[in-house]
Amino acid sequence: MAHSSSQSDPLANQFAVSSKRKLFGNLMTALVFACVVIAAIPLLSILFMVITKGLAGLSPAVFTDLPPAAGVSGGGFRNAIIGTLLTCLIGALVSVPFGVLTAVYTIEFGRGNRLSQFVSFCTNILSGVPSIIAGLFAYGVVVLTTGSFSAVAGGIALSVLMLPIIIRTAEEGFKSIPRDTRLGAVGIGATNFQSVTQIILPAAMPFIATGVTLALARAAGETAPLLFTALFNQYDAKSIWEPTATLSVLIYNFAISPYKNQQALAWVAALIVVCLILVVSILARIVSRRKVY
Amino acid sequence: MNPSTRPSSTSDTLTNDNIVIRTENVSIFYGAFQAVRNVFLDVPKHNVVALIGPSGCGKSTLLRCYNRLNDLIPGARVEGKISYQGVDLYDPKIDPVEVRRRIGMVFQKANPFPKSIYENVAFGARINGFKGNMDELVERSLRGAALWDEVKDKLKESGLSLSGGQQQRLCIARTIAIEPEVILMDEPCSALDPISTLRVEDLMHELKKRFTIIIVTHNMQQASRVADMTAFFNAEATEGGSRFGYLVEYDKTYNIFNSPKQQATQDYVSGRFG
Repeated sequence: MAHSSSQSDPLANQFAVSSKRKLFGNLMTALVFACVVIAAIPLLSILFMVITKGLAGLSPAVFTDLPPAAGVSGGGFRNAIIGTLLTCLIGALVSVPFGVLTAVYTIEFGRGNRLSQFVSFCTNILSGVPSIIAGLFAYGVVVLTTGSFSAVAGGIALSVLMLPIIIRTAEEGFKSIPRDTRLGAVGIGATNFQSVTQIILPAAMPFIATGVTLALARAAGETAPLLFTALFNQYDAKSIWEPTATLSVLIYNFAISPYKNQQALAWVAALIVVCLILVVSILARIVSRRKVY
Repeated sequence: MNPSTRPSSTSDTLTNDNIVIRTENVSIFYGAFQAVRNVFLDVPKHNVVALIGPSGCGKSTLLRCYNRLNDLIPGARVEGKISYQGVDLYDPKIDPVEVRRRIGMVFQKANPFPKSIYENVAFGARINGFKGNMDELVERSLRGAALWDEVKDKLKESGLSLSGGQQQRLCIARTIAIEPEVILMDEPCSALDPISTLRVEDLMHELKKRFTIIIVTHNMQQASRVADMTAFFNAEATEGGSRFGYLVEYDKTYNIFNSPKQQATQDYVSGRFG
């Protein structure tokens, strides 16, 4: 039966897509697809460059030798690998306890009150702070007071960048725990300390672990905050209070050097940083899958 | 009726010796809002006392005052006196944590901890400084909650892997494990199927030999099945439009259901409202 308003077309014709609309739909699909391809080009080309150029210079000596002097061939950057791991570790050691305990306060005890709102606001701002400002902060607080560039100064600069990530993910973790579970613990006589340490923290652990790995992935690639905190070192740092080489600063130094060998090493270092971040990101995926709630 | 008059609690079982919890002229406020008004209610030892009444009558609110769980709600305030074996629970010197260890709570929604079945039961005992044989205590508590046979081969599995009814019995086992003297149950069966409900009710008959139980329930049949004493609460609107709850009648369960003294109780238990 034809509808009253239209002519005597069969019903099916009224529902048929007009050729104009079909054309428009196809055009838009093509446009969106083109955008996806364009967006993927930088990522894929960066990865392609890093992998091809990095693999070309990769050798066991990279992991065992010290950076070569200008014009010298060979060499590696074992000190920079150790330095990156060390500064990230120091960053994590500082930011994880502060971050997790901050989240314990804002979610478990101060939920919704003035102070926790203020802390959330500060966390938002902190996550938007340019990384070089974090470096400036550590320079002022650590380098100037200790009188030396050091891994500690670098680690503290990184911890400023890691802190908001850890606070945010830990907060998400605590929020995911039902209120009833907290009442259950308190209802059988657990103190606040017991319920936080034995019930809340273990339940939120997958979230916290995800936050820590994400923060580490971010910190491992940072250069700006390390430039004038950890600085650089041609040799192995003898302690965490001495200038320390890191992969990202090594890349920066060698990439702008005029010597072919150093440029090649910068590519290898870039490959290793990318691999490090990849591994850490995959780890984050794996731990976040083991959610309790 | 005038809610501030003292309801007649004429029961010969109520002598001074066997009263565990005494509720004297208790009113409960949330900020300026009065949720519960002028309750007198004495809980005898080794009895099951059911609190029944329509939604919003304050029965859960009152229940949570017995182990100071309302302390966690900002602005909640209790007037009057709640005493446990003669001790004023709201005395400033009283540590609410100690209260909760003697007066344990089972909640409406089963809320096992995200830990193994074993750890769920052991947790309470451990935080209470239990020094004895933990395996034995866990087994005894799970047996006490009629759950042992179903979980004895999977004590290491997560408590969250159990069915709803099993989870609720696990929560009861967890509460038994701290060896409280009173167990508060806030609609423990409202999320359970009839068979699980029946098991929990059977369990209550067992548990009252060792504990005193106060249970809030919406299910009048449940109250008549499990309770020795029943308190009927009602809600009344104030001029401002908010509602407050008050105790209408408290008596032996048989009397409440068969010969209530108040018309409101009669109307409620016969299903005319609520």
